[in-house]
Amino acid sequence: MSEPPISRGFRARKRPDGPANRVPPGQHLVNDFPVLSAGPTPHTSLEGWSFTLEDGPSPLAEWTWAQFAALPQTTLKVDIHCVTTWSKLDTNWQGVTIDTLLEAAGLGEPPELFTMIHCDGGYTTNVPVEDLLDGKAMVATHFEGRPLAPEHGGPARLLVPHLYFWKSAKWARSLQFIAQDEPGFWESLGYHIYGDPWREQRYAGD
Amino acid sequence: MPATEAVAAPRRLEWLTATVTDVIVETPRVKSLVQDVPRWPGHRPGQHVDVRLTGEDGYQAQRSYSIASAPEAAHLTLTVERIEEGEVSPYLAGEVRPGDQFELRGPIGGYFVWTVAAQGPLFLIAGGSGIVPLMAMLRHRAAASVAVPARLIYSSRTFGDIIYRDELDRLMARRDGLEIVHTLTRSQPAGWSGGMRRIDREMVASAGFPSSQRPRTFICGPTQLVEYAASTLQELGHEASLIKTERFGPTGGVG
Ligand SMILES: Cc1cc2nc3c(=O)[nH]c(=O)nc-3n(C[C@H](O)[C@H](O)[C@H](O)COP(=O)(O)OP(=O)(O)OC[C@H]3O[C@@H](n4cnc5c(N)ncnc54)[C@H](O)[C@@H]3O)c2cc1C
Repeated sequence: MSEPPISRGFRARKRPDGPANRVPPGQHLVNDFPVLSAGPTPHTSLEGWSFTLEDGPSPLAEWTWAQFAALPQTTLKVDIHCVTTWSKLDTNWQGVTIDTLLEAAGLGEPPELFTMIHCDGGYTTNVPVEDLLDGKAMVATHFEGRPLAPEHGGPARLLVPHLYFWKSAKWARSLQFIAQDEPGFWESLGYHIYGDPWREQRYAGD
Repeated sequence: MPATEAVAAPRRLEWLTATVTDVIVETPRVKSLVQDVPRWPGHRPGQHVDVRLTGEDGYQAQRSYSIASAPEAAHLTLTVERIEEGEVSPYLAGEVRPGDQFELRGPIGGYFVWTVAAQGPLFLIAGGSGIVPLMAMLRHRAAASVAVPARLIYSSRTFGDIIYRDELDRLMARRDGLEIVHTLTRSQPAGWSGGMRRIDREMVASAGFPSSQRPRTFICGPTQLVEYAASTLQELGHEASLIKTERFGPTGGVG
């Protein structure tokens, strides 16, 4: 591979702040919380909200907002990494882990190896089951101690912090177990099927 | 055989070397960089690239920039607004001069895209540098010489902050079905006949298309403007699936 061209006179404005082992390649730290969505923000009323687990076409369990809020809650302090190159350290989330959802649904084992998350507004994203278990992921309803704002995915979004943040789908409404991996919304539009920030898997083929 | 192996591995987007051929001063804070990019694969209006800068010490930084040029143009053009405390934009919109090089890869994004094949009407709403991907759509529409009805509402801070002002005037002077409404939120020159406030419901309703015409709608700008315009359009009966959004800037707050 040839050397990249030097951009004459370009230098780091700030030191690559933050511990290098927490900032993946090509990322930089931000303090605010940018918003990126493909379309209008859905405003779903809590009365109309429910969250469903599905095995293919068959529903396995469903929770209303009140039932969901009554499930055992977990808090996570994690770093998040957006494919548009910003990262944010030490963000605090509260919600229900996927392990807890499986347990509450009476499932000892997940029925399939892959999942598709379905959201208000028609978005979908695919995540392998093993990336959702053992406390690695949750359906989050609170950010920094407050209910999640609609433009950040409220009432509830998936949180899979070890993958690029588009996988942490906003406005999540159901988690569907599927037998084979399939691309979701952004994954069908040129983004990477898995999206590991540490391997810089931004776009298909990376 | 596992399903993943049955699918041909997608081709990686390669880093290409861009050489700046021309720098256009658009406003005091905004410049366009016209570039030569050998092996550029082509793009559709609305798509963006990732730019990667490499310093002499090997330090690298990457940011996304929308493509401003039409697919029909001979050169790839990016338009960058200088964010004062920023790392990359003050370099691109300040330091860069013809002959300078950096890397980019793309095109990226296949949703916030309009081509003449998608027909119209085409309804564009922009705030500040949010005009950039929408300009690619208008330039493409003009290059393809189609009369698809199109309307742009463009919000800038002051008259001097209007990016592509002369070219937008020229595009409208073609009288081929494009109408443009400017609004200036901070100050207006004497005799200004455009809008004098932030984009609001009345402006969207009067300058846009009725929902019955099912306009293809693209909104780009700061988060607040995008959120407001998108929800207002829905209140006016526009279908969510016809409204596509892109946001560049920070939220200004968290949560
Ligand atoms: C898909 C996409 C397309 C984009 N297209 C364009 C484009 O065509 N033209 C363009 O100029 N930019 C565009 N951007 C924004 C661009 O990627 C950078 O974020 C921007 O240039 C700032 O980078 P920086 O390195 O100068 O600032 P950074 O060093 O990243 O940020 C410095 C500080 O400035 C703040 N900041 C970042 N952006 C803004 C802003 N817009 N307004 C005010 N404060 C800000 C940050 O929150 C941070 O606190 C696009 C972004 C995306 C995601």
